[in-house]
Amino acid sequence: MTQKIALAAHKVVRDFRKNKYRYLLVLPVVLFFLIFDYKAMYGIVIAFQKYRTSAGISGSPWVGLYNFQRFFKDINFWRVLRNTFTISMLSIVFAFPAPILLALLLNEVRSKWLKRTVQTITYMPHFIALVIVCSIIHSFCQTNGAINDIIAAFGGERLNMLSVKGLFYPIYILSGIWQNIGWDSIIYLAALSGIDQEQYEAARVDGAGRIRQMISITLPGIMPTISMLLVLKLGHVLSVGYEKILLLYNPMTYEVADVISTYVYRKGMIDTDFSYATAIGLFNSVINIFFLLTANKLSKKMGQSGLF
Amino acid sequence: MKARRKKIHLHDLLMDSVIYLILGALVIVTFYPIWHVIVASFSTSIDIVKHPGLILWPEHFTAGAYRKVFEHPLLMKAFGNSVKILALSLPINIVMTLLCGYFMSCTNMLWKRPIVAMIMFTMFFSGGLIPNFLNIRSLGLYNTIWALVLPSALSVHNSLICKTAIEGIPDSLKESAFIDGASDFQVLWRVIVPLMKPTLAVLLLYYGVGKWNAWFAASIYIKDNAKMPIQNILRAILLENNSMLNQVADSGDQFSQYTEAIKYAAVVVSTLPIMCIYPFLQKYFTKGVMIGAVKG
Repeated sequence: MTQKIALAAHKVVRDFRKNKYRYLLVLPVVLFFLIFDYKAMYGIVIAFQKYRTSAGISGSPWVGLYNFQRFFKDINFWRVLRNTFTISMLSIVFAFPAPILLALLLNEVRSKWLKRTVQTITYMPHFIALVIVCSIIHSFCQTNGAINDIIAAFGGERLNMLSVKGLFYPIYILSGIWQNIGWDSIIYLAALSGIDQEQYEAARVDGAGRIRQMISITLPGIMPTISMLLVLKLGHVLSVGYEKILLLYNPMTYEVADVISTYVYRKGMIDTDFSYATAIGLFNSVINIFFLLTANKLSKKMGQSGLF
Repeated sequence: MKARRKKIHLHDLLMDSVIYLILGALVIVTFYPIWHVIVASFSTSIDIVKHPGLILWPEHFTAGAYRKVFEHPLLMKAFGNSVKILALSLPINIVMTLLCGYFMSCTNMLWKRPIVAMIMFTMFFSGGLIPNFLNIRSLGLYNTIWALVLPSALSVHNSLICKTAIEGIPDSLKESAFIDGASDFQVLWRVIVPLMKPTLAVLLLYYGVGKWNAWFAASIYIKDNAKMPIQNILRAILLENNSMLNQVADSGDQFSQYTEAIKYAAVVVSTLPIMCIYPFLQKYFTKGVMIGAVKG
């Protein structure tokens, strides 16, 4: 027993002697995560407290699962859950296939110059700040904005589109496609470049047309990438970011636009109900991890290496 | 035989036209909103208010709004703040990312697995909005520029890009340096860094764009308007119709003529630097995106 401990101690000492500079180099990194991530994680305990800033974590009273019970009884509970799920699903159905289609189209373009130009332009929105993207959306959707000009030209009625509940999802999803179609196509283009060119030669000899080649060679070639990304998307089905929604929604569209993360923001930062907001956030994180682990299992079952 | 070949050509031509038509439409739809902003920035406010919708060319071309942007104390202050944040952040970002990436690429270390696990865990779980906010406040960073620099000093995702680039460098190069008596630090600085310049350029772009375009952190961590980065000022004047642009007393000369156009000019000025840089790094994007996908 003592021998074992001595052996282990010897191993630790030897490892430290050999690698001490490496450990020294990684020290700032470890400290960074301890201070900014793990110390913050400790703050999650306020989800089980009635936290008061003046009392701090050590002085605030414990309330058990009270904050979680409050959330389950909250009149907005189902609303934020439903909206988060709906926005994720709409993104998967409409926004997910868009970059795949773009990559397939770009793959058919033979002129290198043209391909690069289309790529450069479609990457552009990815680099534009979200605040600016949303201000463009606001100005295009206002009553006398560009989109209403087009609607009016076809005899339609002008309306303030961002105040209409039924239009929030189309605006959110379509602008999302505008932002990401180019950037998200990069990964598929990379997968496409990995397809063996001889397969195409063989198909051509057999008399297969270009559409036939696309369906029988190109699409199967990028299928692993597609399924991996789809599984990942499913793993994030209940984590919709707050930044874009905060910049686009207003009380008139809360009914459809308010998601878990924006609700956490309003409860925490606006109403300063810190414990309640932390509890909602923790509930969301735990569900997200569950979905992610399930997605990972699914991906392994499909014969892939898994995501992590 | 000849007829058959002609038929294939026709078929090809049709398919090409359809593809070019779709891509052309996509390019127009993608570029028009950007064009709209550029055109509005070269217009007068009267033209913008009169025709806020579809515009293709400024009715009365003028660069007056740009002059106003550069003379505007509030906007210039905000630009200055953003530049300062970037100047403080980027060196820290790059050094931390190199350290983290290098460590993750090392082998034969007793504590590597637990340390890497500790780093990776933060990708899947975090304290969340409020615990992070309370943490920043308890560290005394609230309402200081460091609240916008330090918490985002290192991204695990970018470290993985860095790690992959380091692993791509032949082991023999590192080993021969070690045999020559070089330390880890020297190998990192003299051997690895010079060989991964493209990756470092891309990392600089990712960190730089992220920082320059960020608004949320400042909206919760910064209280004083004088310390706000440019995006938060843009948010106030573009999205909240805050009248701080007009409040600044101007010595009369046609200031109101540009109150609308100045918003668009500010948008162009704040976006232009990025738009000029990224096309040059475009061919290196693939690497980063492949790793980013796994992280999700």
